[in-house]
Amino acid sequence: MQLEEEVEDKFELNISITNPEKVGDGMNAYMAYKVSTQTTLPMFRSKTFTVRRRFSDFLGLYEKLSDKHTPNGYIVPPPPEKSIMGMTKVKVGKEDNSSAEFVERRRAALERYLQRVVFHPSLLQDPDVREFLERDDMPRAHNTQALSGAGFLKMINRATDSLSKMTIKMNESDVWFEEKLQEVEAEDQQLRKLHIMVDSLVGHRKELSVNTGGFAKSVAMLGSSEDNTALSRALSQLAEVEDKMEQLHQEQAASDSFCFAELLADYIRLLGSVRASFDQRMKTWQRWQDAQNMLQKKRETEAKLLWANKPDKLQQAKDDITEWEAKVTQYERDFDRVSATVRKEVLRFELIKYWEAFLPEAKAIA
Amino acid sequence: VSSVNVDLQTDATLQVDISDALSERDKVKFTVHTKSTLPNFKQNEFSVVRQHEEFIWLHDSFVENEEYAGYIIPPAPPRPDFDASREKLQKLGEGEGSMTKEEFTKMKQELEAEYLAIFKKTVAMHEVFLCRVAAHPVLRKDLNFHVFLEYNQDLSVRGKNKREKMEDFFKNVVKSADGVLVAGVKDVDDFFEHEKTFLLEYHNRVKDASAKSDRMIRSHKSAADDINRIASTLYTLGTQDSTDVCKFFLKVSELFEKTRKIEARVAADEDLKLADLLKYYLRESQAAKDLLYRRGRALVDYENANKALDRARAKNKDVLQAETSQQVCCQKFEKISESAKQELIDFKTRRVAAFRKNLVELAELELKHAKGNLQLLQSCLGVLKGDT
Repeated sequence: MQLEEEVEDKFELNISITNPEKVGDGMNAYMAYKVSTQTTLPMFRSKTFTVRRRFSDFLGLYEKLSDKHTPNGYIVPPPPEKSIMGMTKVKVGKEDNSSAEFVERRRAALERYLQRVVFHPSLLQDPDVREFLERDDMPRAHNTQALSGAGFLKMINRATDSLSKMTIKMNESDVWFEEKLQEVEAEDQQLRKLHIMVDSLVGHRKELSVNTGGFAKSVAMLGSSEDNTALSRALSQLAEVEDKMEQLHQEQAASDSFCFAELLADYIRLLGSVRASFDQRMKTWQRWQDAQNMLQKKRETEAKLLWANKPDKLQQAKDDITEWEAKVTQYERDFDRVSATVRKEVLRFELIKYWEAFLPEAKAIA
Repeated sequence: VSSVNVDLQTDATLQVDISDALSERDKVKFTVHTKSTLPNFKQNEFSVVRQHEEFIWLHDSFVENEEYAGYIIPPAPPRPDFDASREKLQKLGEGEGSMTKEEFTKMKQELEAEYLAIFKKTVAMHEVFLCRVAAHPVLRKDLNFHVFLEYNQDLSVRGKNKREKMEDFFKNVVKSADGVLVAGVKDVDDFFEHEKTFLLEYHNRVKDASAKSDRMIRSHKSAADDINRIASTLYTLGTQDSTDVCKFFLKVSELFEKTRKIEARVAADEDLKLADLLKYYLRESQAAKDLLYRRGRALVDYENANKALDRARAKNKDVLQAETSQQVCCQKFEKISESAKQELIDFKTRRVAAFRKNLVELAELELKHAKGNLQLLQSCLGVLKGDT
């Protein structure tokens, strides 16, 4: 399959995100991450380089890429979710397990996000991406409010809803798109269900860990009041074993959460992007249709004018027609182009999914 | 068969077991099977059908019998409780429309397995009760026990009605208040004084351990249920078409399915070996405490009788009556003390043996499951890697 070759291109580009560091204090504090790139691509200034970026920089990158490429039907990878709760804890300086966990989750999510962006051959060529990776001093991104996780999905859903309400009876000349969209929607539904279940599993494992700990303490107490020395010793050893089990369950919950749940959340957001690209295609089709309708109206106007014999307005009408004929042609071409892009994107997306899905699962198992 | 059926010397003179059980809508019918060479019985081998209320009747008759005041009365088996399970089955039936056929069949199988497990447990607990009675040198000769084993008609033992239940409740309140008073009396005998403190502490700690183990096992079961649902969903995702991703999903689904089975087994084994053990010794330690209470009560009565005798002698009035009364109290107290000592020593031996057996079995099972789980994961990893 020719796409496979495209994917296994002979360039090397490795990105890693490390060393989260808290900068500043109080509510204005933020986490800065080290973004390290190692590459053989000639378009970059050097072979290895590092910059420091904060979360809003990533959101800013997404906004720029989305503005430029989504209208053309590209699937732009969505950024990780904003989390007010998580960040507040970090800002306030709560040094506990949950805030450390949060920072680690975010670091991993940012890494996955960047890796997806550079893996996309068209996006990699975008100068904004290069700037993001290379430039030492980046201007702060504003207006990233709308891009919080829930907000992002809401935005997509709203757009989809409004489109479907538009009673577009799109004459689907290419049944491939209709089938694919249905597949994507079915998969989205399943993944959401799965995500809820995995969250439930993580919750129960955490509960199991806590309860095992409680049990361990209780058995230790029981052992100390047992007057048969051998049994007493056995019970206290049981308590120790159960204590270790508590640790184990805790770790397992964490790894389930990291590898599985996070990945699922990523995919659900990615599918949102896929749907967005389908919507873009619909939009261009709609624009083309509207242009055709407009052209029709202009022609009718011309006919009316001819009949009413108003030669001065006639020239205007003829100009209008020429303008709209051009637009119609343009929009039709746009539609075809976007359709082709969407098609290529979706195929690429499916392939990547396999590779991405396999690797972390295998790591988790080991 | 049961986790606590240790050290019960079943000899040929009297062997009791529950050979069959039938679950009807709201009751369970146990077939109690007896083999005996004792002359009291008409035959050497026979069976009768008994329900839970008849077991309770037998237990209560032991408790109310003054002759047995000096023995640890084997704790009554808990009432068979299928309510939770039945409710779940009902909910499943109602929600049938909202899930796929595979999901439904799977959940149904699981609930049926759960029902079966509860059923087996209640049979085991009723059997342990009978075996303990049969193994006890004095209780096995009890007439009510023989009637229970042999009389092949309904014992016409109805459950307690509301008024009787209220009476029981008040009796218990009085008893606990009295128990506190009696417990406050210091014992002359070091052995019993030590036992009193020990049992009190032990009972409380067993109670706590039992509650915590229940909670732990419940979490474990919930996690196993989640894994089951995840496996089903992965399966659905995997069967949508036959791309590589889908094949991958199918394999992971299989892995989860098998893992779940193991986790569920682990939870079930923990339940059997650990939770049941703790619950049983919770009840037995309560029975031991009851014995100590009865002895304490007898001691107080004896001391009161002594004081009454002194008073009677001082006034030189009703002396003979006071003397007889004091003698009765003295005999009662000494009889209880003697058998109580032996009973408590036996209790200790039984307890240590039961704990040892179950903890060993638990450890062996956990090891076996952990190894199985490890093997499963390694083979799955191999298959997935081999795929690329």
